[in-house]
Amino acid sequence: MPKKEKLRIGWFTFACCEDNTIMMTEIMNDHWQEWSKKIEFAYARILKSKNELKNLDVSFIEGAIASDKDAERAKEIRKNSKYIVATGSCAVTGMPSAQRNLFDPETKKEIAPIIERFKHREKVLPVKDVIKVDDNLPGCPMNEKDFLQVLNKYLKLFGVN
Amino acid sequence: MHNFDITIENLSKIEGHTDLDVKVRNNKVEHVQLKISENKRFYTQAIRGKPAIGAPQLMCRICGTCSIAHLICCIQAVENALGIKPTEQTILLRKLAMYGLYIRDHALHLYMFSLPDVIGKDSILDFDEKNEKEHKLLHQCFDVKAAGNALSTLIAGKPVHPPYPIVGGFTQTPDPEQTKEVIKKLEHVREDILELIDVFMPEKFNFTTETEYVCMTSPDFNFYTGDHICTGKYKCVPWEKYGEHLMHKVIPYSQASGYKFEGQTYLVGALSRINMNEAYLHEKTRKSAKKALEIFPSNNIYHNNLAQAIEILHSIDASVEILKKTKFKKEEIIAPKTAGTGVGVVEAPRGTLYYLTEVGQDGKITHADIVVPTGQNQINIEQDIKALIEANIDLPKDKLQFEIEKLVRAYDPCMSCAAHFLKINWQ
Repeated sequence: MPKKEKLRIGWFTFACCEDNTIMMTEIMNDHWQEWSKKIEFAYARILKSKNELKNLDVSFIEGAIASDKDAERAKEIRKNSKYIVATGSCAVTGMPSAQRNLFDPETKKEIAPIIERFKHREKVLPVKDVIKVDDNLPGCPMNEKDFLQVLNKYLKLFGVN
Repeated sequence: MHNFDITIENLSKIEGHTDLDVKVRNNKVEHVQLKISENKRFYTQAIRGKPAIGAPQLMCRICGTCSIAHLICCIQAVENALGIKPTEQTILLRKLAMYGLYIRDHALHLYMFSLPDVIGKDSILDFDEKNEKEHKLLHQCFDVKAAGNALSTLIAGKPVHPPYPIVGGFTQTPDPEQTKEVIKKLEHVREDILELIDVFMPEKFNFTTETEYVCMTSPDFNFYTGDHICTGKYKCVPWEKYGEHLMHKVIPYSQASGYKFEGQTYLVGALSRINMNEAYLHEKTRKSAKKALEIFPSNNIYHNNLAQAIEILHSIDASVEILKKTKFKKEEIIAPKTAGTGVGVVEAPRGTLYYLTEVGQDGKITHADIVVPTGQNQINIEQDIKALIEANIDLPKDKLQFEIEKLVRAYDPCMSCAAHFLKINWQ
C-alpha cells in the first residue's frame, strides 16, 4: 500500500454505554502527542461536530445493532471504510445490549410497544451479523493494550510512521 | 414573521445520541422535541431474577462515563434492601471513587465538549499547539483527565466499570505506594484547574433560567452520603424519606410530559449543587476559588461549566486530604442480613441519581427502577431552548442552531443514561 501521512479514522457508536469511547479518550491522555502526527479523526461525534463519513481507512464501531436504521448506517460505514474494527463487548458479541433477546415471553410483551414505536429489530445483533468485520476488540470496556496493538497494526499497514 | 423548522441530527460533543426538532410559526416556537435516538437497552427489565449482589456490576453498564455513579448508587440501594451497613472505611473509599469520577468526567465535559465553544474552534483536536494558551489547555485536558483516572484506578480498579466496589465493601484496598503517586498527580493538576476556573469565570455566554435547584446535601460536599435532598431553598427531604420522595415526586416528574415539581420545573447538576451548598465546599477550595464563588447563586445555565470546574477543585482537595490522613486496612465483605426494598441516592456528575431495588427471599431482584439526572433536566432543557429561540428569532438559522447546541452542551446531558427513562413526547 502507498505511504500515507495520516490514518483517517472513524469512530461510531450504536446501542451501548459508550464505555469504549470513554476509554479511547482516556488512552488519548498518554498518546495524543504521537496520534496528532499520525491520525486524523475524520469522524468522531464525541470530539467534533464537522464529521465526514467518506474515504475512511479504519472505522471503529462500538455497540450492537438494534434497529434497521442502525443496520443501514453500519452498511454505509462499511462502504466508506477500508477496514472495520468491532470495538467492545456489545459490538463483538451483542451483549449486554442484546439482553432483551433472552427475555421471557411476558417481559417481551411488556417492552413490545417500545420496540414497535422505535422500529427496533426483533433481535439485537453483533456488528459481524450485519457487515463484514476485519478485527475484534472484545471486553467491557476494551483492553487498552489490545486497542493500541490493533491501531499500530493499521498504522503499519497504511505505512504511516 | 418567521416560520421555520430546525432539525439537528445527532448532536455532537455530548454523551450519546440525540436529535432535536424545532418548529417555529409566526415567531412562536410551537414545539421543541429532544428526540433521544439512543437505543433502549432495557436494564431495569434485564436485572429481574438476577442475584442482587451482582446487580451493581450489570447496572453500571448503563453508562460508560458515569459508570461509577451507577455502581455506587446501585450498591447503596441493594445494601439498604439487604440490611447491610457499610463500614467507615467503605464509606470513605466510595467517596474517593466518586471524586475520581468527578475529576475525569467533568474534565471530559469542560475541556473536550465545552471549551471549543469558548475558544471558537470545532474541536479540542483543532487547538493550535503554537498558540500558548491553546497548547496549555490541550495538555492540561489530558493531565487532569489522567489524574482523575489514576484516582479511580487506585480506589476502584478501573476508571470505567470498575471491579473493586461491591455490595458489602471493597475487594481491594489502596496500595500505599500507589497512593503517594496519585496524591502527586492530583496536587500537580490543581494549578491547571485554577486556570480552568479563570477560563470559565468571565462567562461570555449568558442564558438566564427561572427554575428550582435540587440536589442532595452533605456537610462535607461529598457525592455519596447525604443528610437530605433540598428541593428549593427552604424545603428539604430527610434521608429516611428518600424512598417516598423518589416514588411520589421524582418518578412522576421524570416520566410525565410537562409535569411540574411542586409547581416549578427543576434542575439538577453542578449549578444546583454550587448554588445550594457552596458553604460546604472544602476549605482550600473556598479560599482558592473565592472570586469565582462570588458569582453564585447564579441563574445563568452557562455557569454550570464554572460550577463543574469548582467541583473538580473540591474533588482534588477533598481526596488529597482523605488519602493523606487515612491508613486503609483489609476488611471483610459484609454479608446480606435480610430481604426487602432499598433506595440508593447519589449525586452523579450530572445531578441526583436514584435507584430503587426490591430483593426477594431468594436474594434475587424482583423489581428495579432508576431515575437519572438528564431525565430530570429534560423539561428544563426543552423550555430553555424554546426561550432561547424566541429571544433570538432574527438570527440566521445556522447561528441559531449553533446557539442551541451550545446551550444543550452546557447542560451536559448524558443520553446513554437517559435513553431508558426520558419522557417520549414525539410521534
